[in-house]
Amino acid sequence: MFTYHLRLGLRSLRRNPVLTMLMVLTISVGVASSMTTYAVFRATSHNPIPHKSSQLFVPQIDNVDETATAENDGEPPDMMSYTDAMALMQARRAKLQTALYPIDISVAPSNTSGLPLREISYATYANTFPMFDIPFLYGSGWSTADDEARAAVVVINRALNDRLFGGANSVGRDIVLDNRTYRIVGVMDGWNPQPLFYDVKNVGAFGSAAQIFIPFTRAVDLHIPTSGANLCNTTPGSGWDAWLHSDCTWIAYWVELPDETSATAYRDYLHAYAAEQQRAGRFRWPPNIRLRNVMQWLDYKHVVPAESKISLLVSVGFLLICLVNTVGLLLAKFLRRAPEIGVRRALGAPRNAIYEQFLIEAGAVGLAGGMLGLLMTGAGMFELGLIFEPQIARLATLDASLVALTLCVAVLATVMAALYPAWRAAMVQPAWQLKS
Amino acid sequence: MSMLQIKPVLSALKRHKAGTILIVLQVALTLAIICNALFIIEKRIERMSQPTGMVESNLLTIQNYWAGADTKDIPSLTKSDLLALRQLPGVEDATLMQAYPLSGYSTTEGIRLNPNTRQRISLAQEYFTDDHAIATMGARLIAGRNFRDDEIRFLDPSENAPLPQVIITKALADKVYPDGSALGKPIYIGNNSPSPSTVIGIIERLQAPSPSASFTEYAVLLPALLSGKDGNYLIRSRPGQLSAITKDAPAVLIKLDRMRVFSQDGGVRTFSVVREQAYKSDRGMAILMTAICAILLITTAAGIVGLTSFWVAQRRRQIGIRRALGATQGDILYYFLTENLLIVLGGISLGIALAISLNIWMIIQYEMTMLSLKYVIVSAITLILLGQGAVLMPALRASRVPPIEAIRITSA
Repeated sequence: MFTYHLRLGLRSLRRNPVLTMLMVLTISVGVASSMTTYAVFRATSHNPIPHKSSQLFVPQIDNVDETATAENDGEPPDMMSYTDAMALMQARRAKLQTALYPIDISVAPSNTSGLPLREISYATYANTFPMFDIPFLYGSGWSTADDEARAAVVVINRALNDRLFGGANSVGRDIVLDNRTYRIVGVMDGWNPQPLFYDVKNVGAFGSAAQIFIPFTRAVDLHIPTSGANLCNTTPGSGWDAWLHSDCTWIAYWVELPDETSATAYRDYLHAYAAEQQRAGRFRWPPNIRLRNVMQWLDYKHVVPAESKISLLVSVGFLLICLVNTVGLLLAKFLRRAPEIGVRRALGAPRNAIYEQFLIEAGAVGLAGGMLGLLMTGAGMFELGLIFEPQIARLATLDASLVALTLCVAVLATVMAALYPAWRAAMVQPAWQLKS
Repeated sequence: MSMLQIKPVLSALKRHKAGTILIVLQVALTLAIICNALFIIEKRIERMSQPTGMVESNLLTIQNYWAGADTKDIPSLTKSDLLALRQLPGVEDATLMQAYPLSGYSTTEGIRLNPNTRQRISLAQEYFTDDHAIATMGARLIAGRNFRDDEIRFLDPSENAPLPQVIITKALADKVYPDGSALGKPIYIGNNSPSPSTVIGIIERLQAPSPSASFTEYAVLLPALLSGKDGNYLIRSRPGQLSAITKDAPAVLIKLDRMRVFSQDGGVRTFSVVREQAYKSDRGMAILMTAICAILLITTAAGIVGLTSFWVAQRRRQIGIRRALGATQGDILYYFLTENLLIVLGGISLGIALAISLNIWMIIQYEMTMLSLKYVIVSAITLILLGQGAVLMPALRASRVPPIEAIRITSA
């Protein structure tokens, strides 16, 4: 019966090629625009570390005065001051904790005629590597003993290793960063989570991979300043030490809390810490703290660009209009065939058969629309560079799941659009049509 | 017969409820979307056309990073760089800045008249630069004077020394001294500076590096070059020399000292490239919204053509009867035009409600502003014209239905 109805459907579609084409085009354009913008939305709202996102948290402590906090809707600063970061680090209340900040450091050329390189670099603690599940191609992260020893060790990423050592195992070899020699202890296997959850504040959520990590303790010893945001509510005094011990916030702080109980305990600890600072007279305001996990943090920082949300919204609205349009066209098409329906009904076809036939016919239109829509989505992926910034545009990909989704949406949407027209067609009174 | 036949049209529409509702719905949704899309387009264009206060042609930027240089060597390295750039044939002037309009990276400080108050008058962008900045950028000094060569010093970025002279933008001058008397007056920059800076000059305009910032019109030029590792050279070429300078300037710098990096994507850019990259997503949104509006209008027109053609085909017999009873071709034509007008008007009234709800939702979600009435009017007129245009073909076909159809046995 299905193939019979499909044959009938296809014949009817051929009989009215302009109307059919119009419907296929409408559906394909609607589906393609929503799928293209959905691909961008999916990429930007992606969970960068799915298995651990609920265990990694950003603590925030209000260390600036009320006027500044009020300007920020009562939210504490995004980053932490050196004083607070070190206090939390020494308290070791989380399972694991780490702090990091971006630095500007140059890589000496490997030969005398070459030019130096500048790569995205961070100063951080040994815990970063296990906390963020950073994959290693060679070697591993440094140890907490290296943190304490303020050791001249470095972890590099795969791209830099390819550039400097032609992809060979470089563990144990030296590189020169800002005129100082560092020993490579590990080569990361291209680690580059998107969105860049670990430092949304400084480099933006979408960008190139960090290539160099050195110990935080060593960077501070060498007076390497942050190359990222440095927010000072009170202008600090002159010199490194005055800045380091000021209330300027510039450190991204992360903790790993494996379960709900430990998260609650940590929140209590943060509150107690801020209360203690208030008692000591450092904070002249009651405790104001936050503890957000990865996805809450990305949401709070509005990582998904407004452009992505608005274009998805408009595209879905557009698809809706295309469907309303399709309902109208199908209605016209089906009802025009009232005499034919009358004949079939008079010859004994039950209502359901008519209903089924028209839904199958619509499904065929939807499938054709989906295929054409797929081609357009593919083309749309190339044009994304016109609309979004390159680092966002290149994240969107047409993969198997998007292909399947495109076809499903097209067929389902068209069949849904056909429900009412098909029902109207099935209601045709045979007697009426045969009379004249 | 009158030209407007509202009553018969309405009673006929009652017999085509489904089709009528579909067109009303489609017009309503289309109106809601194009109103908001047009609004977004205009907002983005408005943002893109904000002036920087500079003469943007013949301007080159080079982001320079000293690799491994000692901070104390940077002043002399910078001096020889600037000297070499200014002596380069085809260069009119050159300067060094940490940030410049549209560069993104910014340093801001609170501006106060009384250093002991917590509350600042405004945030302002700090541009650390020298006496060549105004000429290089092409900013317009409207009062006072430029910095003198002997007022320029080098400053370590971690140092926090008050600078005795500053040049500020007119917008900031008017904000701090609303009576327009800023020239020669003191202002305090930051909240623990021991001494004020005197406003020695006022420039007409200089945008902050981020055009979306609330303080985007407020900027302070400070007579100090920062001896940090990172800096931007701004180079003004003589007319017609920009492409030559784009090649020569980096080469001259590399020849002076090789231990530097011009970053790959933002290293050497003419200002038109800077502008293009800064507004990439704004232009992208404008393009996307325009495309969606265009396709949407075509789709809606196609839908109206499709449904009206069907109605015309369905009513051939009735049309024939009316023609046989004396209705002219014009009457039939006007009948369908009126019918379409009524349906589209219905759609528009529903659409306005939808457009406003969508706008309110966007205000809450994306800090958009209130939709102005002109978008609603423009969209409504567009849709009326579109509807009338789309219905014209099928309506003309209907008007040519011969009266003989009245007695012909038809298959619809």
